[in-house]
Amino acid sequence: MKKLQNLPLYGVVFAILFFLVFPIIVVVIMSFSDSRFLTFPPKVFSLRWYESYFLDPAWMRATRNSFVLAILTTILVVPVGTAAAYGAHMCKMAIMRHMQLLLLSPVIVPVIIIAAGLYMVYAQVGLLATKLGLVLAFATMNLPYVFISVLAGLRSYDMAQEDVARSLGVSRLAAFMKVTLPQIRPSVMTGALFAFIGALDETVISIFIAGGENQTLPSRMFMSLNDEIDPTIASISTVLISVSFALVILMSLRSPKKANG
Amino acid sequence: MTDMPKLSAIERTEQRSFLLLFLPALILVALIIFAPLGKLVVQSFQDEGAFSLVHYKRIVTERIYWSIFVDTLEVSLAVTALSALLGYPVAYAAARASRLWTGLILAMVMLPFWTSVLVRTYGWLVILQRRGIVNTTLMDLGIISKPLELSHNYTAVLIGMVHVMVPFIVFPLYAALSKIPPELAQAGNSLGGTRSYVFRRVILPLSAPGLLAGAVLVFVLSLGFYLTPELLGGGKTIMVSSLVERNIEQYSRFGAASSVALSLLVIVLAIFWVVDRVLPVEKIIGVK
Repeated sequence: MKKLQNLPLYGVVFAILFFLVFPIIVVVIMSFSDSRFLTFPPKVFSLRWYESYFLDPAWMRATRNSFVLAILTTILVVPVGTAAAYGAHMCKMAIMRHMQLLLLSPVIVPVIIIAAGLYMVYAQVGLLATKLGLVLAFATMNLPYVFISVLAGLRSYDMAQEDVARSLGVSRLAAFMKVTLPQIRPSVMTGALFAFIGALDETVISIFIAGGENQTLPSRMFMSLNDEIDPTIASISTVLISVSFALVILMSLRSPKKANG
Repeated sequence: MTDMPKLSAIERTEQRSFLLLFLPALILVALIIFAPLGKLVVQSFQDEGAFSLVHYKRIVTERIYWSIFVDTLEVSLAVTALSALLGYPVAYAAARASRLWTGLILAMVMLPFWTSVLVRTYGWLVILQRRGIVNTTLMDLGIISKPLELSHNYTAVLIGMVHVMVPFIVFPLYAALSKIPPELAQAGNSLGGTRSYVFRRVILPLSAPGLLAGAVLVFVLSLGFYLTPELLGGGKTIMVSSLVERNIEQYSRFGAASSVALSLLVIVLAIFWVVDRVLPVEKIIGVK
């Protein structure tokens, strides 16, 4: 009886879930199709769109750039974000809430506004289309995610352990590195994952400040999508989907408790 | 009760050193967020090298500027309403289902959430374009003889944006709904309440904070959304974000771009400021 009452609900839910995954399935199938236009199901399967991605030097350079930038961003933002989260957790001063809100400003301010302002500032100081400029921007944009993730880890961690280590004569830094950090590592890793995927995917900022030698993958994809619908995008998308999923699954396997991030 | 624990001098130095740990992060935010905002403020009040209000006056007096702001608000409201409508049943089912189904439902929400917006927008272009799946299927079935204009219009923008926003509603809602004990609904039912009555009087009010958090986030994200409207709108539905981009990249009108960008920022901050009275901002953006 109860099951039957719920049937319409589950029908609606199934339809909505289908709506959510449909475009992704379409992109993956499209990437293996032989034609410029998607016929469903595709008549001939082929890898031609993967060839036109992997054999194109410009696409390859953009891909390499994006991965290098994402790695550099993660290396910069994880220590900075972790230090800030530790400071926020330990500091009892009233000013802290305002400081935290400042740190969250990259998610509060719409990205188009940051991109526009950054374009003007970078043009003035000569940071447009430079690796340094891009890494600084990507790191700041993803700082809140590292901060929030590490702070959540610290809140569920018993600080008394660090105090014990310190009472035994270990310095605060050493106590943090040897006692606290190993135990909050899953949250630090989650933060790092957010930062890496976020930097790989940073599109609007890229559109404004990347270019030339330092073109990024998302900004090249955007330009290509604005021109014409090139199915090479489908193969690139499928590669990107695979990468972010491999990372997310790897992460949830390592820390079963925090599967939802 | 009233005697606050006095901090010793050592503790006060230590507290200040914790503040120092914040410094690198603050420097990044100052350079990458606040310096550009400052630059926008300066540009927006300048015309040909002198102080001027012309860029703000333009937003109020020129119909095109004004109507783009109104359109953006309208689109964002529609996207928020539709996302809540689609997100609620999913979150509800996930909160009520068995462990296995909960996992499956949430995984199907995570899949698009973790996929780049660019990739998803491309998916919709493939589906909705002139020779896309919908048109070819309808033509094969003989329902239509000429392809319909499905992409590059208002509806396409709505579909694409709602698709991006639904997960932002589902996650906080699921968190709120899964905290409601199922016995509560059973109690309501056994006391003679119909299912819809129990839903309206018990479930909905208890899930309201989650719904509000998700809805505010979606509304604010929609206001500044750039990629999907730009790619699926085909230049017809211009949002505020496109107006900023066009003024910079096509016309190099930095003053106009700055005043539009800052007006959008004022709207967004006002929303956060109002909502912060009911729900802390951290709660809203801690979703991801």
